[in-house]
Amino acid sequence: MSILVVGASVAGLRTVQALRMKGYSGPITLLGEEPHPPYDKPPLSKEMLLPDGDGEAILLATEEQLTELDVDLRLGVRAAALDVAARTVTTVDGEAVGFERLVIATGATPRRLPGTEHLAGVHTIRTAEDAVALRTALPGASDVVVVGAGFIGAEFAAAVRLHGATATLVEAQTVPLAHVLGAEVGRRLADIHAAQGNTLLTGIGVAHIEGDERVQAVVLTDGRRLPADLVVVGIGAVPATDWLESSGLPIADGVECEADLRVIGTDGIYAAGDVARWPHAHYGFDVRIEHWTNANEHADLVASAITGSPPPRTQLPYVWSDQYGHRIQIVGRPNMGRSAHLVGTVADGDLLAAFTDEGGALVGAVVVDDVRAFMKCRKAIAARAPWTGVGLVATR
Amino acid sequence: MSKRLFACPVDGLPPGTSMTLDGTQPPIALHRTEQGRFFATADTCTHEEWSLGDEGDLEGDELVCPLHLARFDLVTGKPLCLPATLALDVYDVVIEGDRVFVVTAV
Ligand SMILES: Cc1cc2nc3c(=O)[nH]c(=O)nc-3n(C[C@H](O)[C@H](O)[C@H](O)COP(=O)(O)OP(=O)(O)OC[C@H]3O[C@@H](n4cnc5c(N)ncnc54)[C@H](O)[C@@H]3O)c2cc1C
Ligand code: FES
Repeated sequence: MSILVVGASVAGLRTVQALRMKGYSGPITLLGEEPHPPYDKPPLSKEMLLPDGDGEAILLATEEQLTELDVDLRLGVRAAALDVAARTVTTVDGEAVGFERLVIATGATPRRLPGTEHLAGVHTIRTAEDAVALRTALPGASDVVVVGAGFIGAEFAAAVRLHGATATLVEAQTVPLAHVLGAEVGRRLADIHAAQGNTLLTGIGVAHIEGDERVQAVVLTDGRRLPADLVVVGIGAVPATDWLESSGLPIADGVECEADLRVIGTDGIYAAGDVARWPHAHYGFDVRIEHWTNANEHADLVASAITGSPPPRTQLPYVWSDQYGHRIQIVGRPNMGRSAHLVGTVADGDLLAAFTDEGGALVGAVVVDDVRAFMKCRKAIAARAPWTGVGLVATR
Repeated sequence: MSKRLFACPVDGLPPGTSMTLDGTQPPIALHRTEQGRFFATADTCTHEEWSLGDEGDLEGDELVCPLHLARFDLVTGKPLCLPATLALDVYDVVIEGDRVFVVTAV
């Protein structure tokens, strides 16, 4: 059996590791568009931007570990098309790579503001090049605008402060992250920006970006003009399925998969990580999750399916974010319930938000700087236990 | 050669909790499952740096790292899921009377 993995980042590399850990010893080819050996993504908006850090990408495996994995690693190679019947993936150079099992791990591509693709000073954060460019630009930046106050925008805004500058965040929703956390908790999290000297403008869009070769200003939908010499756009990402358009695979905001991540209607073709949409066993409905641990769990799941090993236990959605020296941990799906308990702030490192469904069961939690409370909530959500039983409060 | 290291009195570690042993290098963590059994492992997660004794979590006979949710088998130290790929060192635990000892190589 020969296995081809397309996408050499978190989900792709982890899938290779999981296959070897489960005893598969046949040939594996790992194809990656980026020129770098597989590196980690979350540090791009965190460690890699620190003024006193070395700005180096954090590798997912050492050179020695890569050698041990015995994988045919082809870097700087972009997959252009998949032929399901012929069981080949064609690269942009026209080479056809055959496979018996295929794992699609091409992740997601950040959304950009239309018309800014070639404008200097306007960035997204998804690759090592992006992080290096930002770290280089930050020390000289004076007017920084962040479009989108989600996790990546918030983390970048925090990094701006470390470089001695301030940022203006522009968020289209009235409350950042309201679609995920609800307005009350979203607002409490967003308070950190003003507390740390940044400015947050909400409920407002970007009309256009001014500048010919270099960005000069961000013009908002209410006519306000924010002078800008550095702009970071963090307005979400779309699954990287462009190369699959001619393949006939079922695609609807991600590659549609069965519970074991096999692509629906195919034989031996799987998807993993940010690109995959699949029925989550804890919820019983389809989700697509852009979180780091999810990419790891998918790697385990796909490797189990391919090797015929017992599948790993289902894990709850989990994401962390590091902002202004604080760690925010979110578990479950807060938007499946309502905020039943909210205390503390990010700035004081004691925020705890619990979300319960109509029956009082805990469905999601946001915890800042308190790993123990976070783990308690995680267990309670997995057990669909009532919030009052978590042991963090006596009663509501 | 091995050496016994006094860890704590049996009642010093409530079931379902873990602790890092003072002065061990590399640091060692002692765990007590909900069922009351004691296990000793390396304290530092094999994925990144995280103290499993101070801030790890026990689920049955498994140890969960709260940072990126790697899981380890308490008996063998083996990683049960990604992102961990390396096993934790494990140490024998000896209980004498009401005292818990960890056996380490000298
Ligand atoms: C800046 C940033 C910060 C983040 N912070 C956190 C965090 O704090 N916590 C958290 O839980 N999650 C975080 N995430 C999300 C997490 O990193 C992702 O969920 C994870 O990287 C998904 O892994 P993946 O392999 O599915 O996709 P990706 O990491 O996107 O990797 C896909 C890879 O496939 C390659 N590729 C794409 N198309 C092709 C093609 N046609 N041919 C060949 N190769 C191709 C891409 O170049 C890329 O290397 C962050 C993400 C970013 C970008
Ligand atoms: S440090 Fe333990 S899982 Fe990452």
